[in-house]
Amino acid sequence: MIEFNHVFKRYPGEYDALKNVSFKIERGEMVFVTGHSGAGKTTLLKLISLIERPTRGQAVVNGKNLGKLAVRRVPYFRRDLGIVFQNYKLLFDRSVYDNVALPLLVTGVESREVGKRVRAALDKVGLLPKERLNPIVLSGGEQQRVGIARAIVHRPSLLLADEPTGNVDIVLAEEILDLFLDFNHHGVTVLIATHDQRLITRARKRMLVLKHGEIAHDSPSAAGTPQ
Amino acid sequence: MIRFLRKYGRHHRHVLATTLQQLARAPLASLMTVAAIGITLALPTGLYVVIDNLQRMSQGWDTGGQISLFMKRDAAESSIEKLAERVRRMRAVARVDYISRGQALAEFKQLSGFGEALNVLDRNPLPALLVVHPTPGQNPEALQALLRDLRGNDLVETAQLDVDWVRRLHALLALAERAVWSLGALLALAVLLTIGNTIRLAVLNRRDEIEVMKLMGGTDTFIRRPFLYAGVLHGLLGAAVTWVILAVTQLFLSGPIASLAASYGNELRVEGLSVAGSGVLLTAGALLGWLGSRLAVGRHLRAIEPS
Repeated sequence: MIEFNHVFKRYPGEYDALKNVSFKIERGEMVFVTGHSGAGKTTLLKLISLIERPTRGQAVVNGKNLGKLAVRRVPYFRRDLGIVFQNYKLLFDRSVYDNVALPLLVTGVESREVGKRVRAALDKVGLLPKERLNPIVLSGGEQQRVGIARAIVHRPSLLLADEPTGNVDIVLAEEILDLFLDFNHHGVTVLIATHDQRLITRARKRMLVLKHGEIAHDSPSAAGTPQ
Repeated sequence: MIRFLRKYGRHHRHVLATTLQQLARAPLASLMTVAAIGITLALPTGLYVVIDNLQRMSQGWDTGGQISLFMKRDAAESSIEKLAERVRRMRAVARVDYISRGQALAEFKQLSGFGEALNVLDRNPLPALLVVHPTPGQNPEALQALLRDLRGNDLVETAQLDVDWVRRLHALLALAERAVWSLGALLALAVLLTIGNTIRLAVLNRRDEIEVMKLMGGTDTFIRRPFLYAGVLHGLLGAAVTWVILAVTQLFLSGPIASLAASYGNELRVEGLSVAGSGVLLTAGALLGWLGSRLAVGRHLRAIEPS
């Protein structure tokens, strides 16, 4: 699903955000990317979602070579991705329902189908009763769950999440983790960047540890993490 | 193919609905833009209507360009009649009126009111006159040639062609028309900038939405579409405002025009923008709107990338 071979990322006039990063994630895996802040977690996710391009090395996601994908193909590449943002990136000029429906609108799904899928996604995150509300009136945890519903409504094969529990308490964090585990159980490849050790411990999944832009540790699932 | 078309149509309906909603959400800003466009377009369109009317009215005068042939005083009546007959048969001539010296005097007495004074004179001072009406629709050069031809006759003392002022008027109108077109082009540019600026602000206002849509896999075409719709809608509504301004102006001027027309024996008929003209105006508005937003969106959409 994701294969990095000696990937470097250097921002203009800056240090190398990623140095010689190589790893492989199979379809259906669930992987945590962790490390100190500034270690390159976010950069890694940005490369995978083609917000940034690698400076050197080869990165292949979903069979596409990220270094070579034409700009006009980028939107179609992203349609196979679900992205959960740390700051949610919800639109406050429309309802919860319309926020979640956005990825379907973008790809031109039929309106009857849109209603079904949006409600299924909202039901999944437990927010179906709030579909008519504006997300601005929701709590942080609820807003995050709207973001998650939006990330999975178009049934992506790869789900990316950047610090999905960064702004919520432990109870909510565990609820959110359970959602990701459930999506993974249904076959979605999940990649979560987090420094929340509690989550990693609890999930018992594979963990990539980044340190100063390099992979310091790649522990396979259920190992290397204390129980 | 049919599925694709249906999807396409559905999407366009949706975009149109959202665009209208957004227009309704900020009615004052939209209204001001639309009004600015309407007033900008009203100037060249109004001038065009005025010139069009002047041209139409002066068309009638053009064909009236007639040649007056004043006969030598010693020319015999019979030879003048022969000449009239010959001129009548020329291809460039539609009609010839012969006014004999006697008729000329009688007419002059009647019209001038100098009847008594003229009786004092022992002989008729007026020459005989042939009024030559050329066939309508001839160009000025042909008329000049005809004039030269007639002037060459021995019986003719002087020949006058009274079309110079008509020609000058036409030249003036052609000049004015050209000026209106350049003014129109300039103001079209102003409309382009007005719409461009409105759409630029709309794009910046919806920066977050554009960023999110790009992240969700929205193509530039998809993201651009609502802005193009908004541009076309602004342009179209602006042109409609122009139309209303012209209609109201015409109504406002109808009183004075009617009294002016009455003094000209009702020959004056002022026409507003025709149906075809209105169509051109609305199309031009829509096209300017499309172009203005296309230019603005193209530039600013590229600048907004998720980070």
